[in-house]
Amino acid sequence: MNVQSPPTDKQRIEKLQGLGSSRKRVEDARFTQGKGNYVGDIKLPGMLFGDFVRSPYGHARIKSINKDAALAMPGVVAVLTAEDLKPLNLHYMPTLAGDVQAVLADEKVLFQAQEVAFVVAKDRYIAADACELVEVEYEELPALVDAFKAMDADAPLLREDIKDKMEGAHGARAHYNHIFHWDCGDEEGANKALADADVTVEEMITYQRVHPCPLETCGCVASMDKINGKLTLWGTFQAPHAVRTVASLITNIPEHKIRVVSPDIGGGFGNKVGVYPGYICSAVASIVTGVPIKWVEDRMENLSATAFARDYHMTGKLAATKDGVITGLHCHVLADHGAFDACADPTKFPAGFFNICTGSYDIPVAYCGVDGVYTNKAPGGVAYRCSFRVTEAAYMIERMIDILARKLDMDPAELRMKNFIKKEQFPYTSALGWEYDSGDYHTALEKGMESVAYKALRAEQVDNRAAFERGETRKLMGIGVAFFTEIVGAGPVKNCDILGLGMFDSCEIRIHPTGSAIARLGTISQGQGHATTFAQILATEIGIPAEDITLEEGDTDTAPYGLGTYGSRSTPVAGAATAMAGRKIRAKAQMIAAYLLEVHEGDLEWDIDRFQVKGNPEAHKTMKEIAFASYNQAIPGLEPGLEAVSYYDPPNMTYPFGAYICVVDIDVDTGVTDIRSFYALDDCGTRINPMIIEGQVHGGLTEALAIAMGQEISYDEIGNIKGGSLMDFYLPTAVETPMWTTDFTTTPSPHHPIGAKGVGESPNVGGVPAFSNAVHDAFAHKGLTHTQMPHDHWRVWKTAQKLGLTD
Amino acid sequence: MSKTHVKMTINGDEVEALAEPRTLLIHFLREELGLTGPHIGCDTSHCGACTIDLDGKSVKSCTIFVGQAQNAEITTIEGIAHPDGTLHALQEAFRQHHGLQCGFCTPGMITRAYRLLQENPNPTEEEIRYGISGNLCRCTGYQNIVKAIQVAAEELSVKEAAQ
Repeated sequence: MNVQSPPTDKQRIEKLQGLGSSRKRVEDARFTQGKGNYVGDIKLPGMLFGDFVRSPYGHARIKSINKDAALAMPGVVAVLTAEDLKPLNLHYMPTLAGDVQAVLADEKVLFQAQEVAFVVAKDRYIAADACELVEVEYEELPALVDAFKAMDADAPLLREDIKDKMEGAHGARAHYNHIFHWDCGDEEGANKALADADVTVEEMITYQRVHPCPLETCGCVASMDKINGKLTLWGTFQAPHAVRTVASLITNIPEHKIRVVSPDIGGGFGNKVGVYPGYICSAVASIVTGVPIKWVEDRMENLSATAFARDYHMTGKLAATKDGVITGLHCHVLADHGAFDACADPTKFPAGFFNICTGSYDIPVAYCGVDGVYTNKAPGGVAYRCSFRVTEAAYMIERMIDILARKLDMDPAELRMKNFIKKEQFPYTSALGWEYDSGDYHTALEKGMESVAYKALRAEQVDNRAAFERGETRKLMGIGVAFFTEIVGAGPVKNCDILGLGMFDSCEIRIHPTGSAIARLGTISQGQGHATTFAQILATEIGIPAEDITLEEGDTDTAPYGLGTYGSRSTPVAGAATAMAGRKIRAKAQMIAAYLLEVHEGDLEWDIDRFQVKGNPEAHKTMKEIAFASYNQAIPGLEPGLEAVSYYDPPNMTYPFGAYICVVDIDVDTGVTDIRSFYALDDCGTRINPMIIEGQVHGGLTEALAIAMGQEISYDEIGNIKGGSLMDFYLPTAVETPMWTTDFTTTPSPHHPIGAKGVGESPNVGGVPAFSNAVHDAFAHKGLTHTQMPHDHWRVWKTAQKLGLTD
Repeated sequence: MSKTHVKMTINGDEVEALAEPRTLLIHFLREELGLTGPHIGCDTSHCGACTIDLDGKSVKSCTIFVGQAQNAEITTIEGIAHPDGTLHALQEAFRQHHGLQCGFCTPGMITRAYRLLQENPNPTEEEIRYGISGNLCRCTGYQNIVKAIQVAAEELSVKEAAQ
């Protein structure tokens, strides 16, 4: 007789493919065969195409719009302008930041590529042709491009719609181009620390305007079903539920008559958080015409009009003792928000979480103030692969630490070690008010320095510099150290909301009779692999193999309400909801198992995939058996079925951290910077799927490389956008991208149900200062303090030239 | 605008249609034929999301008119798997080695790698990086894509040797 031995514990755990398993992704089968379903793939009967007439000017008055010629063109169905939207009160829409943004330009255009008219036609070619036929007469006005001149007495007035409204969404406005002043901390104390310090450093550090530039641009399909009065909106939405609520509030269509669906999304990186005029115009056009409307922007429109990031001019000041103990930080930011304040931040945080700018250091007193201003540039200010304004803060403090190290003639790694928050200080309340949940910074940086043989690298650098002086090489070696602390997982409903919607998230689970399951979440994957990883969290919680759990997100008719995916919040918030919903399932399963085994609930213990009687593990019921029983047995005192839902309001943010070390070799005669090596140690708490974590780190570092070394959306003096296509906007190819070395430590979050912290954005936050510090380090011995990013070849060559190093 | 008659073979099937001469091949493939594999990422030939295989060459289908594909033999990602439905070594390797995240660049990337491995069956890492430099990816940082192509190359040469 063939007797099969029962599976071992190890086999049972492996079968689950739960937490910690490098499970292969369930998403990949469709993507590798071209069977994804992105918004561009959606085709509905009778569907029309929308396209925009956009402003050629940075600042101009619209004197007239003549749409006759366009309307006369065969195949053109409608041409919408602000005048058509006014009766519906939809010519302006609310932004996430408490401002309004013109859906179609109302009397004035305020940035180049601003939406002026929306053409609806039978196909995309006719729509594009008809855009050329819309005649717009402009009177050009002086453009305001330099944020530092925005509040000059004679600065051009940009926002005529709010010129008399001197109380903004975030308090008083000091000038007609001023948006808000926000500050926190102890300014007097910080100034005193600076006055009393042995050593101070000050620098104006600009984090240039960049763009998230996901490979798929933004778009939507709007379809109004006139029979049942329901509007369905498919689109590139990182927050579909919030889009539904906002759509309902601004259109007055009841919320149950709106269905928002995020299909597969081709990367988001913050670009797809906001609501854009294309969505509103498509919805209006579908309501008017009664047929579906598709609008998908092209790449130039994407780079020029939808959601820039950064554009922060940060003046930092550090105070320290002569032996390198930091005694205070003062920071002021001039924030260029473009023509409308469409920043994507929790409502009460006009500068996001910029006050994480004390970084990983135990700084006793600090102050930061931020002034936002309008300019004739595209609106946005999204969190491009970072939690709200965290990458700006990390870049500022990490550059300042290096600048201080030079002044003190200390090694930058040593200065960091000296000032780190110590392991025993956690939970740690920073001078600017955040409660860091956990951390072990010394261990992380020590591990990093050991891994890269830091001392040997510094010794090599001494030799390199000597060889350079002897004329034996034209290359200078730079070593960039960065240590970052993120603040992610927004966030506690008590202080985090978007337009009044608390930033909780959700998970709903249904166990099927035969022991498989479906889970639905309030988030939406844009490449993060949620269908893979959230099933892993559940597998460990409820003992059903991950492959037997379907995961769905993004359809507001079926998924529970949540605030979406950005700011590394999916794992900290929806991941927590998933674990908590799983625990509710397990709690009911325990009652069912007790009934089936005829024991008291308290006599049972959970073991991998089953409840077993304490002291008698042979008496057990697997989750699969329990699931079936929940559907076929009348159990006294229990409802049939096995379902649970959890809405999770996190008690705190999570604080991932990491130590990054980059080595570059710079050819001073060409400015070409070779990334010799890049080491990234990340501590994201409990690791759900190491394969996916490493993939996220590779991708985030590549985006950081792009930002530090080449990306910039700049404007000329009359407001023409430079760098609005992939000809000019730098996206690294496989050739410029180096090999990444990843590493980790694990410091679980004490308040998250499974101890996870989120990782997607860490490499961008830590990567940018690591690259920048490396470039500066190469020239530090020649007296270079700071140069502005991006460190492209031309700028690096200019730096070398200014330092007298070029031939 | 008047339409012209176009004829080509796509993934083994002969296709005939009327199309405006100015129609870009990518729009013809996606909107006339309903293919969802080749994607539009930039409209300016930089990103490679629209890469197809045309008469034995990798071509960015956003950069040619449908008429330029007259009588061409075209393979898209939809035609890369084996006729019995099993996946091509590249498709399998991309999954095994996490060579994709959002999936938007993936069809173009695999289609490019498919041609690359026919041009150079045993590429070095550097040759792979140059070979796919016309295809942009925003998610992966390329490292796992390069690895997946290396593994697929090895598997294909083992298969070749066995035959």
